[in-house]
Amino acid sequence: MTALTIPAGMPQYDDKPRFDVERVRADFPILGREVNGHPLVYLDSGNTSQKPRQVIDAVARYYAEHNANVARSVHTLGTESTEAYEGARAKVAAFIGAPSVDEVVFTKNATEALNLVAHAFGPHAQDPRFRLGPGDEIVISEMEHHSNIVPWQLLCQRTGATLRWFGLTESGRLDESNLDELVNERTKIVSIVHMSNVLGTVNATARITARVREVGALLMLDCSQSVPHLPMDVVDYDVDFIAFTGHKMLAPTGIGVLWGRGELLNVMPPFLGGGSMIETVKMTGSTFAPAPARFEAGTPPIAQAVGLGAAIDYLNAVGMDAVAWHDKELTAYALDALDTVPGLRIYGPRVPVGRGATISFTLDKIHPHDVGQVLDSLGVQVRVGHHCAKPICDRFSVPALTRASFYLYTTTDEVDALVRGLDQVRKVFA
Amino acid sequence: MQLDQLYQEIILDHYKRPQGRGLREPFAAGVHHVNPTCGDEITLRVALDGETISDISYDGQGCSISQASASVLHELLSGRKVDDALAVHAAFVELMGGKGQVVPDEEVLGDAVAFAGVAKYPARVKCALLSWMALKDAVAQAVALEKEEV
Repeated sequence: MTALTIPAGMPQYDDKPRFDVERVRADFPILGREVNGHPLVYLDSGNTSQKPRQVIDAVARYYAEHNANVARSVHTLGTESTEAYEGARAKVAAFIGAPSVDEVVFTKNATEALNLVAHAFGPHAQDPRFRLGPGDEIVISEMEHHSNIVPWQLLCQRTGATLRWFGLTESGRLDESNLDELVNERTKIVSIVHMSNVLGTVNATARITARVREVGALLMLDCSQSVPHLPMDVVDYDVDFIAFTGHKMLAPTGIGVLWGRGELLNVMPPFLGGGSMIETVKMTGSTFAPAPARFEAGTPPIAQAVGLGAAIDYLNAVGMDAVAWHDKELTAYALDALDTVPGLRIYGPRVPVGRGATISFTLDKIHPHDVGQVLDSLGVQVRVGHHCAKPICDRFSVPALTRASFYLYTTTDEVDALVRGLDQVRKVFA
Repeated sequence: MQLDQLYQEIILDHYKRPQGRGLREPFAAGVHHVNPTCGDEITLRVALDGETISDISYDGQGCSISQASASVLHELLSGRKVDDALAVHAAFVELMGGKGQVVPDEEVLGDAVAFAGVAKYPARVKCALLSWMALKDAVAQAVALEKEEV
């Protein structure tokens, strides 16, 4: 047993905010279904979360009662749609502590948000902070999702800049030992994941932020896994950009968020050109609207934004502190429970500290595809493969991993079902 | 769903005791195929003796389906005429694309009939096909090289 057991009755733990998981589960229609003759055990929330009735209803109600295009109509429906869409933006801003609503840019997902920022850099950027060429450096880490690797690789190919990265320690944390050398006067931006989608590691950013400020670079956090699970305040974190996506936080697919400091967003060039993002268009040239409209060309995902607003209302009602504490207790339980499975090896922190509710592992030499298939036959849904983070697999010399990821509706009974399923996997492949 | 339909004894047998595994010399053509969605890999070589595939050697990593499939492929097609092998190949591809509706011919497919159950699992069809697609690629390259030399 490696995980911490939390002694009952300790005042600091009794003080923690809690919620009734069964009441939360009752809000998620899908959790009532069966898979292959077994009750659904959904342990793939790091991939996408399930949706509560409140979100599903909000989307349906929008289409049934208010549907129209936004930001261009004088009629009543158009006004209602615009209010719903902009209302969602205000909810997002409040949820992450953004100083201004105009700093919240809606994208289709976190990937688009990351690409948007990468595309602001180039040899001819007006603002020197975004000017990039040979000799300049961009810093990422070995624990990034492909969406925070490939846009920067492409940028470096376009500009001749150099891509560098933090390595990982054996326990799956960022290796900051060469921080001062890695982040230096040539660094233009550091873009790292806040919480790893594979290892579950939550990166402590304070030292990195301090160094980034010292050298005058920019800092971006990929918060796709953290914003759904942890309270976020962009001012407290002292970052320049964050990216996250709605579908991992109870909202529909097709809606993501880029938050950036307004002062930076308004010196960045447009990403996609089209309607809604302009100030004026003439055949000889165009000028562009300020953020966020500048980055929202074309008809945006309106119903999806409304769904995201409803998801934020839901999370706020439960309380993000309570969600984070639920994750922590469940992770402590799961780390302990998985430790009892013979031949199981966890990749990532093995204590429920500085990590989120995502646990990746191998089971003997059994390929994760086979693990996932047997678990599916028992109704247990886990992710298998390289999780769009192949460099992590390379770092730990494994071809693939099995991952269980939890959320506010996950129970200890479901962790038990996983452990029982893994025993079955071992029997099939013994 | 019936898990044993997917993991037939034959498949588990080939997975646990793969036939003909390991890369061998000499070979006419070698290829490396990957399945980008899951990271499964196979390196596969074919040796030709006239119109006969004298050896299929391979190495790789992946799930039981992909590895067993390579083992069956080796057993079934090594020593066959190229045309015969490609006919069996076509039958296997048809079986895997059949969504479980194609009745396999054991005369033609041998142990590969065990994969009939896999065809019902769209997410796993690509696992079963990995080595077979590699073989087709390698044979095409080997035949092309041979023609150049003649």
